Amino acid sequence: MNPSPELTTPSRFSAGELIGKLGPLIGLVFVLALFSILAPATFPTLNNFELILRQTAVVGTAALGMTLIIIAGGIDLSVGSGIALYTVVIALLLRGGVHPLLAAAGGIAAAAFCGGVIGFLITRLGLAPFIITLGMWGVLRGAAKGLANNSMVYPPATGLNELLQPLSADFIWFLTPGAWIMLVLAAVVALMLRYTRFGRHIFAIGSNEQTARLCGIHVENTKLRIYMLAAAFAGVAGILQFSYLTMGDPTTADGMELNIIAAVVIGGASLSGGQGSVLGSLVGALIMTIVSNGCTKMGLANWVEQIVTGCIIVLAVALDRLRQRRMS
Amino acid sequence: MVSDRVLAQQGGYRLRMEGIHKRFGATIALAGVDLSVRGGEVLALVGENGAGKSTLMKVLSGAHAADEGRMWLDDKPYQPRNPLDARRAGVGMIYQELSLARHMSVMENILLGMEPTHGPLMDWTAIRRRAADAMSQLDRPDIPLDIPVMRLSVAEQQMVEIARAVAVGCRVLVLDEPTSSLTRKDIVHLFNLVRRLRSQGHAIVYISHFLEEVREISDRFTVLRDGQSVGGGITSEVPTERIISMMVGRTVDELYPRSLRTPGEILLQIDGLSGQGKPRSASLTLRRGEVLGVAGLVGAGRTELLRTIFGLSPVRGGTVRVGAFTGTATPHRRWQQGVGIVSEDRKQEGLAVSLSITDNLTLSRLPRWITPSGQDRQASRWIGRLAVKCRSPRQSVVDLSGGNQQKVAVARLLHHDVDVLLLDEPTRGIDVGSKAQIYQVIDDLACRGKAVLMVSSYLPELMGVCDRVAVMCRGVLLPARPVAEIDEHQIMAEATGSGDTV
Repeated sequence: MNPSPELTTPSRFSAGELIGKLGPLIGLVFVLALFSILAPATFPTLNNFELILRQTAVVGTAALGMTLIIIAGGIDLSVGSGIALYTVVIALLLRGGVHPLLAAAGGIAAAAFCGGVIGFLITRLGLAPFIITLGMWGVLRGAAKGLANNSMVYPPATGLNELLQPLSADFIWFLTPGAWIMLVLAAVVALMLRYTRFGRHIFAIGSNEQTARLCGIHVENTKLRIYMLAAAFAGVAGILQFSYLTMGDPTTADGMELNIIAAVVIGGASLSGGQGSVLGSLVGALIMTIVSNGCTKMGLANWVEQIVTGCIIVLAVALDRLRQRRMS
Repeated sequence: MVSDRVLAQQGGYRLRMEGIHKRFGATIALAGVDLSVRGGEVLALVGENGAGKSTLMKVLSGAHAADEGRMWLDDKPYQPRNPLDARRAGVGMIYQELSLARHMSVMENILLGMEPTHGPLMDWTAIRRRAADAMSQLDRPDIPLDIPVMRLSVAEQQMVEIARAVAVGCRVLVLDEPTSSLTRKDIVHLFNLVRRLRSQGHAIVYISHFLEEVREISDRFTVLRDGQSVGGGITSEVPTERIISMMVGRTVDELYPRSLRTPGEILLQIDGLSGQGKPRSASLTLRRGEVLGVAGLVGAGRTELLRTIFGLSPVRGGTVRVGAFTGTATPHRRWQQGVGIVSEDRKQEGLAVSLSITDNLTLSRLPRWITPSGQDRQASRWIGRLAVKCRSPRQSVVDLSGGNQQKVAVARLLHHDVDVLLLDEPTRGIDVGSKAQIYQVIDDLACRGKAVLMVSSYLPELMGVCDRVAVMCRGVLLPARPVAEIDEHQIMAEATGSGDTV
């Protein structure tokens, strides 16, 4: 069957690779089972699962962009600030009488612009993404506060407010629009990573930038596009966050970038680049939400929840390192 | 030499190494090496690239353990378990790549790892005094002790490294190609220092390609070839030609296929090309159906030549013409023009080792929309053609052996179907079977009208595979000559700068 006589072993993946691919899913099943046992009455219900999906939408959508960046060997610490800025931009546009769809598009455009600035600085100044986006973390937060005049921006009610509302109890299977947005975008990104040249170039740059350059890839341009595209996903996350708040809040999503990065890393991406998957990142985001949701259902205090979340992140990164060592 | 061995038995040597064997998997790196050096003597260790000089020095410094053989330091058995052990025993190594903590001060670097202390506190007075002592032993009290090492010139940094060895009280000092990144003036200073250390009674092992330097600085020399010591003597008594023939005199034991090749039109023409530092000046003409070799020493600028042609390094002067295209270009444009490159550094640059064989093989020529199974099919074709040993085209390149990795790197060029192949050390560090396969591929390509420009440090390979060979020496590419009209001695003489350069 095989075209080459040299293909001796029939298995397509080694055991290590298989565990690497399934690891996040195993983790998901584990936390689901754990909280189903610990909080049998309140946790494993259809309503709660629907709620978990809605709670995941913002982080999950932003994690799609972060997945691209991390696969390419970069990082973006400014996403949380960005999301706050985009809620403000959308609210201001709506208050100015702009059509809701245009306001949403405006939020995405603002995000893509910010991503373009980040990408430009990283590729033209040749500075580490960590430093550039740490700076942008402050700049975007400040810009949000300045635009919003240091207060909430209350827009008139529009359809944008409904994206993360639960559908009526009868239609709960059909999910909220926000969850659909996340899932559809996830499918698009997953297909893009696998079936387009751009997607393969992202992996190549993250795996070995020098090889990418040797093979004629425009590394700088590709990086610029990655940061713009990733920011556009943060823009969509901003729309969802706006919908959740129903207003523009320059102080919202504080520290959310760390949840997003954690989701991607739990999902099997390597912070040194070249590895990661959309499915993994979504599962990572779900694990984060489930832990938080499950702790709430068990009636645990917020501080316990935070400690548990922290431990999960460390555990996931430790597993990542272990996998790396096996690779080399 | 026999007299050497007799002397070695009689003692009086600071360092003796006898019958050192070292094997890495199937590769025999050292097959019985003897070396000895007295206090107050400079011994030159010469040999071609890959002759085993670095491996021997790694055995000496405790980085590798020898499989067989014995060593003595001042007639006491010496068996370092690691580099720290060797350093404590008094063996100081100065590698080409300096190993300094760039942000720390000169004196801290000199005493790094053996800082004098008062209990938990650093004894800064003693640190300064001992660093100053070491520097005055080197006759370089002018180098300030307080500034970070990165503010020093390369030559001064090398002094700091030597001072570090001297400060521990080293008895044997090994200098590995110490002049490769120094200016002529710095070299003179370094030689004065080596003579000074010699007069202080240090035993010095000086590793170099440059025979003129060997002649200038060493008292005796030992030649290494294919992992064996093949000769040696008193430097002033042996003519340079004799040393060269000791270095290259070996049998060609590999098969170099050579089918009938008919040179066609010019595919690559370079005139007076210069880049950043190197190359300084390079001109060549490469025709269809031709394999042109570039010989020279490590650091002569051969890699830089290929990189400058390919647009990976900037062009400072001269022209590059590829087919109908003239002028500089990015790597992206070069691929489009039908030029491909195989990097000498497989792991750092040539391959994205965490990605699959398919990904690596098809990376330079991906369609906008990809069907993974189709890509795998195309990769499988090359995997079969080059007999790459793997489980599947989806397997990570990191799992493959060096030879199979190199086949993947070469297959990328075949898959892209380039007309001009720039190969930088295409067979370095790979097994003989893979080498033979790569030679076969090169010959096939030449027969099919492709043009190959190949850099290699292994002379028999160049003589066996190429139609013409050009030698590069210190950034200058000398005119190419047909292999029938040139022999290894001439190449070696041109490369070491000791021949009559045209």
